[in-house]
Amino acid sequence: MNFDFSDQEKLIRDQTGRFLGDNCKSEEVRRVLEGNDSYARELWSGLANMGLMATAIPEAYGGVGGGYLGLCVIAEQLGAHLAPVPMSSSIYLAAEAITLYGDESQKETWLPKLATGETIGTLAAVETVQEMTPESINVESDGKTISGTKLIVPDGGIADIAVVLARSTDGLSMFIVDLNEGAVSRTNVDTVDPSKNSASITFNGAPAELLGEAGNGWSMLQDIYDRAAVLFAFEQIGGAQKVLDMAVDYAKQRFAFGRPIGSFQGLKHMMADMYVALKLAESNCFYAAWALANNAADLSTAAATARVSATQAFQLCSRDNIQVHGGMGFTWEVDCHLFYRRSNYLTLVLGGLSVWENRLIESLSASKAA
Amino acid sequence: MDFSDTREEAEFRQEARQWLSENAPTHLEESLASSGFGRTNTGDNDPLAEAKKWQKKKSEAGWACIQWPKEYGGRGATPIQSVIWNQEEGIYGRLSATFIIGHGMCGPTVMAYASEELKQKYLPKLSSGEEIWCQLFSEPASGSDLAGLRTKAEKDGDEWVINGQKIWTSGAQHSDYGILITRTDPEVPKHQGLTMFILNMKAEGVDVRPIKQANGDSGFNEVYFENVRITDDHRLGAVGGGWQVSLTTLMNERLAIGGGIATGYPEIKELLESLPLAGGKAIDNPAVRSKLADWHCKAAGLKNTASRAITALSKGDTPGPENSIGKLVAGSMMQDVAKFALDLQGLGGIMMDPEVAEGTARFQAMLMRSPAVRIEGGTDQILRNIIAERVLGLPADMRADKGLPFNKIPSGN
Repeated sequence: MNFDFSDQEKLIRDQTGRFLGDNCKSEEVRRVLEGNDSYARELWSGLANMGLMATAIPEAYGGVGGGYLGLCVIAEQLGAHLAPVPMSSSIYLAAEAITLYGDESQKETWLPKLATGETIGTLAAVETVQEMTPESINVESDGKTISGTKLIVPDGGIADIAVVLARSTDGLSMFIVDLNEGAVSRTNVDTVDPSKNSASITFNGAPAELLGEAGNGWSMLQDIYDRAAVLFAFEQIGGAQKVLDMAVDYAKQRFAFGRPIGSFQGLKHMMADMYVALKLAESNCFYAAWALANNAADLSTAAATARVSATQAFQLCSRDNIQVHGGMGFTWEVDCHLFYRRSNYLTLVLGGLSVWENRLIESLSASKAA
Repeated sequence: MDFSDTREEAEFRQEARQWLSENAPTHLEESLASSGFGRTNTGDNDPLAEAKKWQKKKSEAGWACIQWPKEYGGRGATPIQSVIWNQEEGIYGRLSATFIIGHGMCGPTVMAYASEELKQKYLPKLSSGEEIWCQLFSEPASGSDLAGLRTKAEKDGDEWVINGQKIWTSGAQHSDYGILITRTDPEVPKHQGLTMFILNMKAEGVDVRPIKQANGDSGFNEVYFENVRITDDHRLGAVGGGWQVSLTTLMNERLAIGGGIATGYPEIKELLESLPLAGGKAIDNPAVRSKLADWHCKAAGLKNTASRAITALSKGDTPGPENSIGKLVAGSMMQDVAKFALDLQGLGGIMMDPEVAEGTARFQAMLMRSPAVRIEGGTDQILRNIIAERVLGLPADMRADKGLPFNKIPSGN
C-alpha cells in the first residue's frame, strides 16, 4: 500500500508553499479584502508562470496533464495562504466543466487560455437565497442567447467567461457565455469574505453556446461539484492546518496568571480537538484525492466525505483559533478573522454542510443499491 | 498513490492466506462473526480453551507473535507483515483477545529489559499461548497519575517483598505472570522511586478478585499483594528505573489498542437503513442523515488514517502522530451512536434482553460498555494532553507535586 503523495507531488506542494509564503503574505490578502483590488493580479500571473493552472488540464489543450494529485496539493497551499485568486472558479469549476463536457472546438478555444490564466472562468448557478434546487433555476436560454440574473457568482466580477446553468426547452442545460461581450451586466456583491470577489450577473440576451448535452445540466452540475469538492476540501484543510499552527504558536508565547496560556488544559484540549478534526479530514482528503485521480467508482462518496470533514475541520479550527487569541483575535489587525471569513466562504461556495451531508448519505445509499 | 501490495508483501500475504485456508478453525467462524461488543463468542465451546488451541496451532507453524525474533517464539517479521497477517487472520483474530496484553505490552517490555535467561524462559511460552500474562499498573489511588502508585517493594536480601493493591487488571484471573510496577523509594520524587518486576501470579500472597463493573460484566480485577516475594533476578530495569520501563509498555499499549478500533458505525448505519420512524424510514429524516454523515466521516477518517500508518510501515518508517487519535475519536463516538440508537427505539430502547431487544441488544451493550472505552488505556483527557504536549508541543501543565519527595505529596487523605 502506498497511501501517500509522491515525492514529485510533495515537491510541487513545497514549491507552491514557498512561492505563496513570499508572494501572498497577509498584506496581499488584505489589499483585496479592503477593496484596493478585486483579486491579486500579480500573484495570479506568478502562479501562471509556475504553470499551476495548467496542472490537470490535458496536454492536448495547453495543459501539463499532470493529473489531479498535483492540483490537490496546490489547492492545499492556496488554502493555507488564503490566496485571493480565482483558481477555484477558473480551474476546479470552469476548466473542469469544459474538460468533461466540452466539444473539441470548445476545448481548443478555452482550455489553453484557462491553462495560462489569461482567461478567468467561473461557474454561475445560484439564483435565490435558499438551498439550490432545479426548480430555483430561472435564467432562460433559447439555445443561442441567455437571459436572467444569477444572484451570486464566485469571482463573477473578474471572470472572462462563465459556465452557466440555465433553463432551455430541453430542461436545465449548461452554456458557455463570454462575459466580456455585450448584454452582460455585473455588480460586485459584499460577502463575509471580501478577499474573494463575488458578483451578481444579469444576462440580457447574451450570446450563449451549449456545453454538453441539452437537458442534462443538473446532473452535469452534480458531477462537476463532486470533483471540485475534493479540491475545495484541500483548500479547507490547508487553512485548518494554518490556523491550528497560529493557535499553538500564540498559546506558547502569550502568558497569563504567570504561565503560558498553552499550559492550561482548557486551551490544550481545545487545540487537541482541532488537531483531531484536522487529521480525520486530512486522511479523508487523501482518499478523495486518490478517488479523483483514478476516477474511482466511489468518487461521489469519497468527495462528500472529504468535503464534510474538511468543512467541519476548517470551521472548528478557524473559530477556536479566535478563542485561543482572546480579545486580540477579534481585532481587524490580527489575521484570525481572515481565516474565519474564508472558512465560511469555502463552506458555502459549493452548498453548505447540510447539503453535503445529504449528498453523502445519497451516495452511500446509491452505492448500496448498485 | 495506490492500494496494492508490493511484490514481497503480496508473496507474504499469499503465504499467510494459504496457511490460514488449511488451518483456520472454520467451525468457529459463524459464532465469532456474531461476537457482541467486548465479548468473544465461540458458541458452545469454551472461549479460553479455543483461544489457547488456536494460538498453539499458530505457534507451531510460526504464525504467533510474528514480529518477535525466532528464538523467542516469533518469526522475525516486519511491521508491515504483521499488519498483513492481521488483515488475513481477520475474524479469527478475535480469538486472541486474551493474549493482547501479554503479546502487545508485556512481551515487548520483557524483551527490552529482562536477562537473556528469562527471555528464553518466558517469551516462547507467552507467544504460544501456553502462559497468559497481565499488566499490573493502575491502583485505586493512581489511574491517570500512574506515577503516584503506592504498592511497596522492599528489599530483603536477594528478594523483594511486595505489599499493596492493583486494580483494573484485565485478565488477571487467567494469568500465569504479570509485569508489576512498584514503589521502592518513597523519599524521592515520584517518578524516580519506581521499580518494575516480573510477578508469578500463582505466588503465595497474590489474591485476585474480579470487579463487578457498571455494566454487570467482570473483565477486570483487583489484585492484592501480601508479603509476596520476588527474586531480584526478576527485576526489569534498574532499581528506581521503573518509570522508563513503563513507558515502553505504554507505548506498545497505544499501538496495540489503536488499531482497527470499534466505533459502532457499521451497526448504526444498518439500523438507520432499516428502522421505521413516524413519517418514513429513519435514513430519510434530515436530522438522522446529518448524524450518520458525521459518523461516516469519522469512521472513514480513522480507516484512512490507518492506511497512512500502514503506508509508513510499508516504507520502513514510523507511523506519524495522527495515529494517536483513534481511541479518542472512537470512544465518544460509540457512546453517541449507542445513545442515538436507543433514542430512536422509544421506550423499547431500554430493553436489554437479547431475545426481544433490537439487534440482540447490541446498542444497549455498547451504551453500557462505552464509558469504559473513554477511560481504559488513557482517558480522553489524558489523550488530549498527550496530543497537545507531545504532538503540538504545547507546554506541560503546572504540577503541584513537581520535585516533591513522594511521601510529601498531598493525597487528599
